[in-house]
Amino acid sequence: MSAVMITRKVRKWEKLPGKNTFCCDGRVMMARQKGIFYLTLFLIIGTCSLFFVFECPYLAVHLSPAIPVFAVLLFLFVIAMLLRTSFSDPGVLPRALPEEANFIEMEIEAANGNVPSGQRPPPRIRNVQINNQIVKLKYCYTCKIFRPPRASHCSICDNCVDRFDHHCPWVGNCVGKRNYRYFYLFTLTLSLLTIYIFAFNIVHVVMRSVDHGFLNTLKETPGTYPLNMNTFLLVCFFTLWSMVGLTGFHTYLISLNQTTNEDIKGSWSGKNRGQNPYSHKNIIKNCCEVLCGPTYPSVTFFSLFLTSFSASFPQKTTAPLIPNEHTPDDVKPSIAAEKSSGPKDDQPPAAMLPPLASPETDAETSIAKNQ
Amino acid sequence: MAETHSLQDLQQPAVSSKVFVQRDYSSGTICKFQTKFPSELESRMDKQQFEETMQSLNNLYAEAEKLGGKSYLEGCLACLTAYTIFLCMETHYEKVLKKIAKYIKDQNEKIYAPRGLLLTDPIERGLRVVEITIFEDRSIGSGR
Repeated sequence: MSAVMITRKVRKWEKLPGKNTFCCDGRVMMARQKGIFYLTLFLIIGTCSLFFVFECPYLAVHLSPAIPVFAVLLFLFVIAMLLRTSFSDPGVLPRALPEEANFIEMEIEAANGNVPSGQRPPPRIRNVQINNQIVKLKYCYTCKIFRPPRASHCSICDNCVDRFDHHCPWVGNCVGKRNYRYFYLFTLTLSLLTIYIFAFNIVHVVMRSVDHGFLNTLKETPGTYPLNMNTFLLVCFFTLWSMVGLTGFHTYLISLNQTTNEDIKGSWSGKNRGQNPYSHKNIIKNCCEVLCGPTYPSVTFFSLFLTSFSASFPQKTTAPLIPNEHTPDDVKPSIAAEKSSGPKDDQPPAAMLPPLASPETDAETSIAKNQ
Repeated sequence: MAETHSLQDLQQPAVSSKVFVQRDYSSGTICKFQTKFPSELESRMDKQQFEETMQSLNNLYAEAEKLGGKSYLEGCLACLTAYTIFLCMETHYEKVLKKIAKYIKDQNEKIYAPRGLLLTDPIERGLRVVEITIFEDRSIGSGR
């Protein structure tokens, strides 16, 4: 009997629950529906290309070459922020592993006591006090965790996201703790870029009108309909108002240290106004915290790439650890190179740890079949 | 040859149970764990040792998330370079996470492993819980 080994590469992120798609070896994380994101990219790149092709030569010659240079820099920054928002992990909270879920269930049951049959058990809520304010933590039935304060479950991505702001189809991703500042910078710089392009369009039209007359200038519009200046002036105009409005709204939220989700639910408005426990009661401090605060790690990234740093067990047997770029240098020499001797027949039932990283980041599942 | 990269070998003692130390949200959304001593560990170690470990962990996380001149400077510099600087530089948080990983490893080696316990780095659980695995009480030196 000979054994036929069929090796199938199982990518680690395929094992992750939730409706995210991953690219570039797990470094890029987005929602499933990406159509509108491509539209956003197309609109930005398309409009800016038209500007660079039709307007910049004239402006560079007649006004200053600094104008297109600054436009290019602003454009690159906008694209960088858009990609950063779209591709980063918004702050997804991993789901509870079975033991943790059971542990929480037992705690809930102990807290509820005996519920007479026929009666619905009370809702799963934990109360915590933050800065003299009672905040209710809700239990997420999908992720089997009590959501941290400010976290919310996104039904589109099917994940709990920390400091959940909203799910933005334009960037094809949720906006949460980790990528909110990139999202804000994206809206801000896109507003600036739109205003800049629109303003210089007007300048261009005015300057040409001075030379050739207004009506002639409109007739001579380069390009053919619909890809001509008038169309994209119109696109600019509408984009401008929506972007400036959105930026203004988020600036207001940042100054109060609130999320869109909280604002929509009215958590800290109306009779609760002024009781936001997360606010520092100081606009500058709120802005600094949101925009210049620490860069939080992506726990999803860690579950895909990190090797466990846990030490050896009581019998001093070292678990097979594979060093990768995240292993501290002083740990690497002590990591035993021993591999497990063969496929395990009896996995300890409680060993439900997330898959460890190999340098190639792909787990290989070998299926041995006997002929 | 199949290589299953698993943390627990065949040689490991059986897992008796797991305790999960939850987050403490009383100071807001910063990463902080409860220091209350779980009753399941009463027979294995003393309260003070455990509280010391948790307090040190909390201090390390507080250092990572500290809002101050250094973090603002890092944020502004990163913004000016359109965050491309993080392609070559490690963030302050990541540096502290390495420190935390080393600390947990030390604690496991010195204190927890001899008592048949294992601390799991909270980053592996999404910074939600500190998982403490309680192994069956076997005499040390047995098993292979």
